[in-house]
Amino acid sequence: MALEQKASRVNHTWRMIANHTATGLAVLSTILVVAPLVAIFVYLLYKGASSLNLAFFTQVPKPVGETGGGMANAIVGSGILLALGSLLGVPVGIAAGIYLAEFGRGGRLANFVRFTADVLNGVPSIVMGISVYSLIVLPEKHFSALSGGVALGIMMIPTITRTTEEMLLMVPNAIREAALGLGVPNWRSVLAITLKTASPGVITGCMLAFARVAGETAPLLFTAFGNQFWSANINQPIAALPLQIYVYALSPYDEWHRLAWAGALVLIVLIVVSVSLVRFVTTRGVLKGAN
Amino acid sequence: MSVGIEVSQFNAWYGSNHALHDINLNIPANQATALIGPSGCGKSTFVRCINRMHETNPIGRATGTIRIGDLDIYNDVSPVEVRRRIGMVFQRPNPFPTMSIYDNVASGLRLNGFRNRRILDEVVERSLKHAALFEEVKDDLKKKSGASLSGGQQQRLCIARALAVDPEVLLMDEPASALDPVSTAKIEDLIFQLKSQYTIVIVTHNMQQAARVAERTGFFLNGRLVEFDSTHKIFTNPGDKRTEDYITGRFG
Amino acid sequence: MVNPKVQEVRVSGPPIVPPPSPEPSPAGTQSVAPSPIRKFLLERGSSAFSDRAFRWIMLICALSIFAIVALIASELIMRSQLTIAKFGLQFFFKQAWDPVSGDFGALPFIYGTLVSSIVALIIAVPLAVGVAVFLTEMCPKFLRGPLSFLTELLAAIPSVVYGLWAVFILVPLLREDVNPILMKTLGWTGFFAGPNYGIGIMAAGVILAIMILPIISSLTREVMTAVPHTQREAVLALGATRWEMIRMGVLRNARIGIVGSIILGLGRALGETIAVTMVIGNRPEIVKSLLGLGYSMSSVIANEFSEASDDLYLSALIEIGLALFIVTIIVNAIARLLVWAVTRGAPPRVV
Repeated sequence: MALEQKASRVNHTWRMIANHTATGLAVLSTILVVAPLVAIFVYLLYKGASSLNLAFFTQVPKPVGETGGGMANAIVGSGILLALGSLLGVPVGIAAGIYLAEFGRGGRLANFVRFTADVLNGVPSIVMGISVYSLIVLPEKHFSALSGGVALGIMMIPTITRTTEEMLLMVPNAIREAALGLGVPNWRSVLAITLKTASPGVITGCMLAFARVAGETAPLLFTAFGNQFWSANINQPIAALPLQIYVYALSPYDEWHRLAWAGALVLIVLIVVSVSLVRFVTTRGVLKGAN
Repeated sequence: MSVGIEVSQFNAWYGSNHALHDINLNIPANQATALIGPSGCGKSTFVRCINRMHETNPIGRATGTIRIGDLDIYNDVSPVEVRRRIGMVFQRPNPFPTMSIYDNVASGLRLNGFRNRRILDEVVERSLKHAALFEEVKDDLKKKSGASLSGGQQQRLCIARALAVDPEVLLMDEPASALDPVSTAKIEDLIFQLKSQYTIVIVTHNMQQAARVAERTGFFLNGRLVEFDSTHKIFTNPGDKRTEDYITGRFG
Repeated sequence: MVNPKVQEVRVSGPPIVPPPSPEPSPAGTQSVAPSPIRKFLLERGSSAFSDRAFRWIMLICALSIFAIVALIASELIMRSQLTIAKFGLQFFFKQAWDPVSGDFGALPFIYGTLVSSIVALIIAVPLAVGVAVFLTEMCPKFLRGPLSFLTELLAAIPSVVYGLWAVFILVPLLREDVNPILMKTLGWTGFFAGPNYGIGIMAAGVILAIMILPIISSLTREVMTAVPHTQREAVLALGATRWEMIRMGVLRNARIGIVGSIILGLGRALGETIAVTMVIGNRPEIVKSLLGLGYSMSSVIANEFSEASDDLYLSALIEIGLALFIVTIIVNAIARLLVWAVTRGAPPRVV
């Protein structure tokens, strides 16, 4: 009897030890992950802020060897590329999302589209880049902002499709019925009522895709290609912020490294603002009063 | 002014589930007709067939004829055209959450392309008055969102929205079941007023309500119309034993 | 005549009095001209055409997803014909990379991609699962929000920024502090030998680990949260400790999904380009030591694409791209299916 009691007490002790060890390991891994990542953030902020000045936003890069200069052309270039990409990606993505939520719901085609969009999200962006290179740059025989925009746009479509679908599915069916019951044509009901009700969430999804694509370098390597000078011509190579950072980081010049850090900070700020906005909108309740 | 509804040999399915069997009835114009019956008897399905909402369900199907006035609504016109002539008020109030009170009421017209500002103002005011809501919201028409009203007010807003398109028929699917007694009483008064201008079909599981507002009542059971007669007869001397069982509370 | 049974029931309620018909309105029952509203609406006509057109346009846009996949596949296959014809399947088992003589073999790059990804998984998976377990089951409520927000931020940091940090901070750190320890303690295995540059497969593996960690962690959290509470309660009711509850009630049920999230992390690691290119060393060789320099599939494309002077060279690079495309599609498809099996069809959050 006493032996059994002792055995069960030993067993119990082992279980408690296992329990505490598990907790300890989980906490440890969290610290191991969070602390260095916070450190990365802080270091980026520090190094970037110390390199950032007004010239960064207003000047183009100076020739090698000279100090100063900025990445103004890269910032503008990124803006143009993102605008082009959004022109392609946002309407097509939202439309595809509308199809999934309003017409294809539960159908085999819709499931297949959704699955393919998710898988497409995992395709490396460099593969997207060389495909667009093959499609546009090779026949045209020159790099261009247009090809870069197309590459970015194609990358935005799957993301926006999924987030749009998710947001539209959250609109209560009662609202669709109310619109249909009034004799509103279906297309009007979807656009003016359902989409409008879900619009905070849909816009948020577009912002997410936008932010994600804004930091992409690989698809631009062989499409937009980069440009040391001012250019706003969509048929010419164009500078882009991530591209410039990449080139400068790998260069042997300290001055260019400094610019790279400053550029990285600008990108980080953009990302943090977007992610925070997205979180803010979605946790506050996307659908005012519809729930 | 408004029209009667003539239903003949009407059947409806959800996929393979035969929901309505050979429904025949004539709903008179300018009166309120109540449809009663236990849960799942098909009364809501039937009402949704009158404005062709049934077919918005991907597995919904129907055969037979329904005439509104002299219009065969299944064969002569498209569903969208039908729904413009028939208004519907649903069980749970469903105002459009992103729109103001004014925009909600005007939505049926605006979304069909109507632009005349002056007439819209008139119509909104008139509809809200008909729905007995105008006095309560007249100062906040464009400021308050439709969703910020109380449950009873929201339902009256939905009624105003339905009335704004000047329908010939008004369908109400258990319009007061989600509301408190005071709001319910207000809605019943409303129906009483509206009868003179519209043909009203009201689905209700509340027999007292049917007795209070409707001239004629139809009793549905298991997808069939068991009895359709004056409300007085149904509730004092029903012809069918099943009706009597339901009324006396034996089931449902 | 009133049916007595019905009469009994009605005793307590108000008497049934048929509602008086409201006064017929002055307009009477004669037909009145429809109001301008009614007239307007009656003239609107059926919207069948616009509804159909709308549906078609939305459908076409949805099909564009397939079109994109088809486009990528066709372009890549088309432009890699030269090396497919010349080397066939041997291309992936050869260890050569000589643009001058036109001899190409992708084995070093496959090796580099695989090994750096495996190193990344070895580092990231235990940590990611640990973080997921902590955040889902152990974390005090007030910390959960900020920590998950942090994870989201980290998943969103662009690759080039990670690469920048890796080049200037991680590589020196590895070279000065970490690698010497590894060489001293584990050098006998042969995996940590040779010259210590700092850059190389190890550096690539570490930065990849940091990059895929948020994705594995957040997806693992999602599948763990999808496990119904009843499972947890059932185990606890048997007298289990919290760890036992987690192990038996949650992880066991979610393990398929966790495997899926790990595979998804693998997929991300396989295709990661920029950060890896900046630290992997760019030497197309196969060495046993993780401290050695290497080259990944995406890196060789990134580095040498614009220098590809002749069509054969370009074809070789594009064929590597094609291989990367096919592999990541398969890996991602498997991963998504596994995750879906646990979260059961609710559209997964876009990660």
